[in-house]
Amino acid sequence: MKVVIFGCGRTGSTLALQLSAKGHQVTIIEQNPAALRRLGNDHNCEIVLGSGLDDDALIRSGIESADVFFALTRGDNTNLMAAQIVRLKYGCEKVCVKVADPLRADAYRNMGYFCINPAALTAGMMRDWLVGTPYEPIDTYNVLNEELKV
Amino acid sequence: MYMILVGGGNVGMYLAKRLLAHEHEVLLIERDPRHAQRLASQLGEENVMVGDGCEMLTQRDAGFGRADVVVSVTGEDEDNLVVCQMAKTVWNVDRVLARVNDPSHEEVFHQIGVDETVSATGIIFALIEQQISPDVIVPVGALARGNLEVVEVELGPRSAVVGKEVRSLVLPPQTNLVWVLRDEQGIAVDGSTTLQQGDMLVAVVPRDHAEDLREVLSPSRH
Repeated sequence: MKVVIFGCGRTGSTLALQLSAKGHQVTIIEQNPAALRRLGNDHNCEIVLGSGLDDDALIRSGIESADVFFALTRGDNTNLMAAQIVRLKYGCEKVCVKVADPLRADAYRNMGYFCINPAALTAGMMRDWLVGTPYEPIDTYNVLNEELKV
Repeated sequence: MYMILVGGGNVGMYLAKRLLAHEHEVLLIERDPRHAQRLASQLGEENVMVGDGCEMLTQRDAGFGRADVVVSVTGEDEDNLVVCQMAKTVWNVDRVLARVNDPSHEEVFHQIGVDETVSATGIIFALIEQQISPDVIVPVGALARGNLEVVEVELGPRSAVVGKEVRSLVLPPQTNLVWVLRDEQGIAVDGSTTLQQGDMLVAVVPRDHAEDLREVLSPSRH
């Protein structure tokens, strides 16, 4: 698959290496050249220096023919906006967004975006590790706690 | 009317001042506590709130649920987008307006249903462009929640419509040429008006057809 990843932080770089190890064609969009060291010296990823909010960088990343787009910067709003540009303007339907704020993740999930909230995933897996129950599918972790609802 | 503004920069501050002067109920949300304090001393404590306007808890406490208008004027397009989108979809705010800093982002704002956007960069650019070359369409205002645009255009010597009667023009649907500024005089346009070089033409055009209008008025290719 042709994969475009916006953000070469810890999540983005790890995902890029994992997917390219499986033979997928990975392009990373990253603004900060220093962040690319996270990929190590021996990777197969294409690099586009720029922002996933800019048409120029998106087009250079090959978004028009991409199968999937991941928005993985540290900015929730940046991720949410990039995801919507990619889906609405470039027609890439398969989009995954990292959203740190559980409420915002929930709101955009309701709007039809696949939002992963890392805190909910980590906490849920830790809970199951402690309790000793088998790990569950991602969707059972990736939800907003009742208590947090506004 | 209850109006919530997000972002206490210059735009947010002056907007809040003007709206308060018109006796609206105004709340300006600013993220930086120290800056918010300065704003509060100018606008009144009750009109300023410290918080991140993108967060749902802040939105709840600010009263997004009863707001008539939410205006997001931070310097970051992604923040303005999320504020407006949440105001619309989570809180059902009737009217939302966003400042758009990068004109290329405007399209996405419209696609997600934020009808009213203000792009200072786009307006200034159009004004400069008009100074450099005629036949450039400059947006001067929005009507019908942004679905209609009021635009002005100066007819250059090579414009395809110079010397023609208005009734002979094939205009885009629902487009009206309303007014011409000629030799410092305003003239109401009707079918018999003959357009001249140098006319400053004011038109109302559906947003989707602004580009078509440009085609009609632009220099003829023959």
